[in-house]
Amino acid sequence: MVEQRLSVIADTDLDRAGLERELEKTWGAQPGFWGMIATVDHKVIARRYIVTAFVFLILGGLLALAMRLQLAQPEARFINPDRYNQIFTMHGSNMMFLFAVPVMEAMAVYLVPLMVGTRNIAFPRLNAFSYWVFLAGGILLWLAFLLDAAPDVGWFAYVPLAGPEYGAGKRADIWAQMITFTELSALAIAVEIVVTVFTQRAPGMSLDRIPLLVWAMLVMAFLVIMAMPAIMFASSTLIMDRLVGTQFYNPAEGGDALLWQHVFWFFGHPEVYIIFLPAVGMVSTILPTFVQRPVFGYLPLVMALIATGILSFGLWVHHMFVVGLPRLGESFFTASSMAIAVPAGIQIFCWLATLWAGRPVFKVPMLFIIGFIITFVIGGLTGVMVASVPFDTQVHDTYFVVAHFHYVLIGGAVYPLLAAIYYWFPKMTGRMMSEILGRWAFWLIFIGFHLTFFPMHILGLQGMPRRIYTYQPELPWGGLNLFVSLSSVMLAAGFLVFFIDAVRSCVHGPKAGENPWNAPTLEWATSSPPPSYNFRSIPVVEDRNPLWSRPGELTVAAGLRTDRRELLVTSVVEALPHARESSAPQSVWPFWAAIATSIMLIWSMFSAWAVVWGSMPIAIALIGWFWPKGAPEEES
Amino acid sequence: MKRTLLLLPVILSGCAGVQSALDAQGQSAILLRNLIFVIVIVCSIVWLAVMAMLFWALLRRDRPKPEDSRTDKPMQTAVIAAVAATVVIITGLTVASFYTTRGLGPVPDVDVTIRVRAQQWWWQFTYEDREPVHAFQTANEIHIPVGKNVRVLLESIDVIHSFWVPSLAGKQDLIPGRENVLTLRAEKPGFYRGQCAEFCGLQHSHMAFVVIAEDEQNYRQWEATQRATPSEPREAEALAGKAVFMARQCSACHTIRGTQATGISGPDLTHVGSRMTIGAGLMENSRGSLAAWIADPQTLKPGNSMPLVPLSAQELRQISAYMESLK
Amino acid sequence: MSASVSRNSSIMLPAILLILFALTAALIAYLREPRQYRTDPPVSEALEGMRLMPNGIAGTPPDVYFALGKPYEKTAYDLSQGKRLYTWFGCAECHGEGEGGKGPSFLDGWWLYGPSMVSIAASIRDGRPHGMPAFGSRITIDEIWQLSGYVKTIGAYSASVNAPARNDDRQTRPAENRAPAASLFDEGPVPVHPDQGPSP
Repeated sequence: MVEQRLSVIADTDLDRAGLERELEKTWGAQPGFWGMIATVDHKVIARRYIVTAFVFLILGGLLALAMRLQLAQPEARFINPDRYNQIFTMHGSNMMFLFAVPVMEAMAVYLVPLMVGTRNIAFPRLNAFSYWVFLAGGILLWLAFLLDAAPDVGWFAYVPLAGPEYGAGKRADIWAQMITFTELSALAIAVEIVVTVFTQRAPGMSLDRIPLLVWAMLVMAFLVIMAMPAIMFASSTLIMDRLVGTQFYNPAEGGDALLWQHVFWFFGHPEVYIIFLPAVGMVSTILPTFVQRPVFGYLPLVMALIATGILSFGLWVHHMFVVGLPRLGESFFTASSMAIAVPAGIQIFCWLATLWAGRPVFKVPMLFIIGFIITFVIGGLTGVMVASVPFDTQVHDTYFVVAHFHYVLIGGAVYPLLAAIYYWFPKMTGRMMSEILGRWAFWLIFIGFHLTFFPMHILGLQGMPRRIYTYQPELPWGGLNLFVSLSSVMLAAGFLVFFIDAVRSCVHGPKAGENPWNAPTLEWATSSPPPSYNFRSIPVVEDRNPLWSRPGELTVAAGLRTDRRELLVTSVVEALPHARESSAPQSVWPFWAAIATSIMLIWSMFSAWAVVWGSMPIAIALIGWFWPKGAPEEES
Repeated sequence: MKRTLLLLPVILSGCAGVQSALDAQGQSAILLRNLIFVIVIVCSIVWLAVMAMLFWALLRRDRPKPEDSRTDKPMQTAVIAAVAATVVIITGLTVASFYTTRGLGPVPDVDVTIRVRAQQWWWQFTYEDREPVHAFQTANEIHIPVGKNVRVLLESIDVIHSFWVPSLAGKQDLIPGRENVLTLRAEKPGFYRGQCAEFCGLQHSHMAFVVIAEDEQNYRQWEATQRATPSEPREAEALAGKAVFMARQCSACHTIRGTQATGISGPDLTHVGSRMTIGAGLMENSRGSLAAWIADPQTLKPGNSMPLVPLSAQELRQISAYMESLK
Repeated sequence: MSASVSRNSSIMLPAILLILFALTAALIAYLREPRQYRTDPPVSEALEGMRLMPNGIAGTPPDVYFALGKPYEKTAYDLSQGKRLYTWFGCAECHGEGEGGKGPSFLDGWWLYGPSMVSIAASIRDGRPHGMPAFGSRITIDEIWQLSGYVKTIGAYSASVNAPARNDDRQTRPAENRAPAASLFDEGPVPVHPDQGPSP
C-alpha cells in the first residue's frame, strides 16, 4: 500500500546496482577540500564531532593528571596557584561543554537518523554550522589556556568572583563566550533531533516502537532546548555586567549575587541529565543485544526517561543548600532531589530484570555496562546522600562531592559511552575493535577509576575542600591524596589503551559485516559503514525489534526520487507517510556563517559595537545559506 | 561505602585540631555525624542488595528461551517490589533528614556573638558587645566557651566565601549583600580547624582559621586580654620594632590599638603574638615564622594582599620581635 | 553550491584559516596577562628611581619600568589592584570616585602635573603642595605604580580594554572601561582650581 501511494518518479524503476549508483551521485559528498568543508552528511559531521570531543577528553584528562601531580603531596610547588585555578576551571568547563554534551549529541547525530530509518538529519546545514561553531569555541578556550589567559573562576563562574570587580582581565569573558559557542551548537543539534524524531521516522515506527536510544536522545534534546537558554542568559548578562556596566549581579544597585547561582544551576542541574539520559538510552539499546532478548519494561523505561527529564528542572537548589535559603525551600528541594532516585531505580531494576531473563554474552560493551551498573549505583546513592540538606552542609564543596559526580559522570555516562563506542565502532568504521585490548582497557579503567575516586569520599568527610591547589602537611590528607594520584595513572593508562585500540582498529581491525552483534535495530540494516544515503530504500517497521522479528529482508517503502535529495516525512504519532520533502544539499555557507559568528562573538568580549558591525557578515552568510534554488520544498 | 566504615577507626585516630566531619565535637556536628552514619549504612546495604541481584542475574544457570514469556510476570512483580522498596527507603531518609534539620535550628539563648567578615583571603572576627567600646577584633582565630551557644553572623566584603568548622557544625556561605547566621556549640575543649569552603580566588587554599574551645574561666580571661590595649614592649629590640612598624608601610594597613597604626585593610594585629597561626592558618606562629612571613609574603602565599616591604635584616628582626611581644 | 568553487581556490581556505588562527592568537597574546605578584626587592629599589624634570612635572620612568614591559599601565591585573588600593588608602576621601572634592578631579582633563605615569607616581610618593600628602612611607613602590596606572585610567578619554570594569557598589559615574572622562570632556573642561597647584 505504501509503495503504491509513493511511486511517482519511482526508484523502483531501477535495479539494485543502478539505484545505488544514482543515490550515491545525489547524496555523496563532493571530492576535495571544499567538499569536506561543505558536506552536510550527518554521519561525517557526527564522526568529526566525536573525534573532536575525544580530543578534548584527552586534553581535559591531561589537566586532571596535572592537578593530581600537584595534589600528590602537601604544599607542592609543581603548579602555581594561578595556573592551578585555570587548570581546574579548564578541566570542568572542557569536560562538560566541550566533551560530555557534544559527544552525547554527536552520538545522537550519528545514530538517530539511522535508527529511525531516514537518509539525513533534519536541517543538515544547521548541523554543519553547529560543528564549526563548537570547534571555534573549543579553540578559543584552549588558545586562551596556552596564552595564560584561561578562565580561573571555576566552571560555575560564581559572581562576584567572576564579576567585573574581582575578575580582572578577559578570563571570565572567555569562559562566558565559550559557553555561548557551545550552547549555540548544542541548541542547533537539539532542534534537529526533535524534528528528525518527530517527522522523519520510517513508516510504521509509531511512538511505541521507537528504539530507547532515540527516546533518550529526544528527551535530552528537549532538556537542551529548555535548559540552555538559562545559561545563555547567565553568560550574556555576565559579559554585559563586565563590559558595559549593567547591574544584574550588583547587590548595591538592586542586583543579586545569588541570582547567578539560581540561573546557572537551573541550567546546571538538567545539564547532568543531558549527559546521563543518552547514556541510559545507550545501555537500554546495547544490553538487549548482549542478552539476545528484548529489554524488559519498555514503557516504564520511557516513562522513567521522561520523568527524569521533568524532575531535573526541580532540583537546582540542591547545589545551593549552604547559601542560607528559607527552611521550607530547602525541604522541598530535598524531597524532589530524593524523588529522582525513583525513576533511576526503575531503570536499574528493568535492566537487572533484562539481564536475569536473558543469556548474557560477556563482550567488551557488556563489560562496560556491568561496570556502569556497579559504579552508577554508588554515584546514585551518594546523590541521595547529598540531597539531604543537613548531610550536604558537611560535604558540600568537598572532595566527597568531587567523588560523587565523577561516579555519576564517568560511571554513569562515560562507561556507557565507551560501551557505545565499542558497540557502534563497526557501524561507523566498518571494522571491529579488539576484544583483547578492550578487556585490558575495561579492567584498567574500572579498577583505576574506583581506586582514584573512592578515597575522595573519605577525603571529603575528613574535611578536604574542593578547588584547593594545595594543603598543609599537618592535615591528615597526604596519604590518601598520594594514593589517589598514583591510582589516577592507572585510570589514564586504561584510557590510553582504549585510544590505542580505537586508532589501531580504524586501520587494522577485522572487517565487520552489516550486523556483527546480531542487533535488532535499524542502523544494522545497512552496510557498515553506511553509504551516504543510509538506506537503499526506506525500511518499513512493524515492531520494536525489526531485525529480530524479520531476519533477512525488511519490507521497504519505495518511491522517493533519486535525482535529488529527498526524504520521507511521516506523522508524529503513527509514523504514517504523508509527504516527500527535499533535504538541503551541501553548501559552504554554514562554514562561512560559523566563521562570521565566531568573529562577532569573540569581538563582542572587547566591544559592544561588535554586535552591530559583526552581525553584518553573519547576515551576508545567512543570505547565501538560504538563497532559494527554486526546488519545490514539499510534496504530499 | 562499606570501605568507609572499615576505615573509620583509622580516620578517627587523627590528631587533635583536625577538621573532620567524622571527628564531631560540637552539638550540631554530632547530630550531622549520626545522620551521616545512618544514611551511609542504609545506602551501603542498598548497594550490596543491588549488587547481589546483579550477580545473580549475571551468573544464574537454567536460562529461559528468549521467546518464553512465562518469566514476564514474576519479573514484573520483582521490579515493582524493588521500586516500592526504593520509595520506602527514600521516604525514610527524607524523614531522617528533616528530623535532623529540626535539631539544627537557631537557638534563643546566645552567650557570645561573633561577626565574621570574610575577605580575600583571611577572616576578620569582631566580638560584639552591648557596649561598643567592649567590642574587639581578631583575625583567623576565635575562642569560644565550651558548652555555650555562640552565634556567628556571616558577612563577606568581597566575594562569596563559606564558613566551615567540620568538627563543630556544617558550613554556611558568606555572601556579599546578605547576612547568614550559624550557631556553634563545642561540647569539648580543643582546637578545631576551619577553612573556607567556597572557591574564592587565588589563595582559596590558604584561608583557614582556628576555633579554640575552652572552659568559661579561660575564655573570660582571654576575652579580657583581648579587650585590653597591649602594654609597651619591654625588650629593646621589640621597642625598636615598634618604631619601624609605625614608620614603614605596615601601619597603613594594620591596626594595633593604642598606637598610631590604624590601617583597616589588613588584619588587626593588636594581639597577634597570642594567636596560634599566621597568614590565615598558613604557619604556626613563632618569631621565626613571623620574620619569614614579613620578609616575603608573596612567596609563601602568592597573590595575597600583603606586599613585600623591603626591610633590612635588622628591621626584620625588630619587627618580628615586636609582633611576638603583642600577646 | 561548492561546484562553482574552482579547485584552484582550495589553497585559499587553509590560508584563511591560518590567518584567522593567527589573528585570534595575536589578539589574545596582546591581552596575555602574566600576573606578577612578587616584586623582587632589587626591582622595588630600582622602581624608586624616577627622574623628574626640575619643576616636578613629567620626566623619565626608571629603566626597570621599561624592562618589566610597562605593566602598571596596561595589564588588567595591575590596574585592578590599583583600583583596590585606591579604596584602601583612602584616595576617595579627597578625590572622590574621580570627580574630585577636597582634591582635584581626575575626570576633567586637567592634570596639574601632567598626565605621565612618572608625574602621577611622584605625586603619590612625594606629595604635592596644597594638601597632597606623601604616601612614600605608607605604600610600597610597586603599589604606587599600580595606583598611578589606575589613576590614569580614571581620566582616560578613550576607554582601554584592560581598564577595570564597574565595581559592586553604588555607581556614581561610568566604569573606567567605559571612559568616564569622555562625557565630561564633551562638555568642555571644568575650570582649574588655582588653589590646588600651578596651572598647566
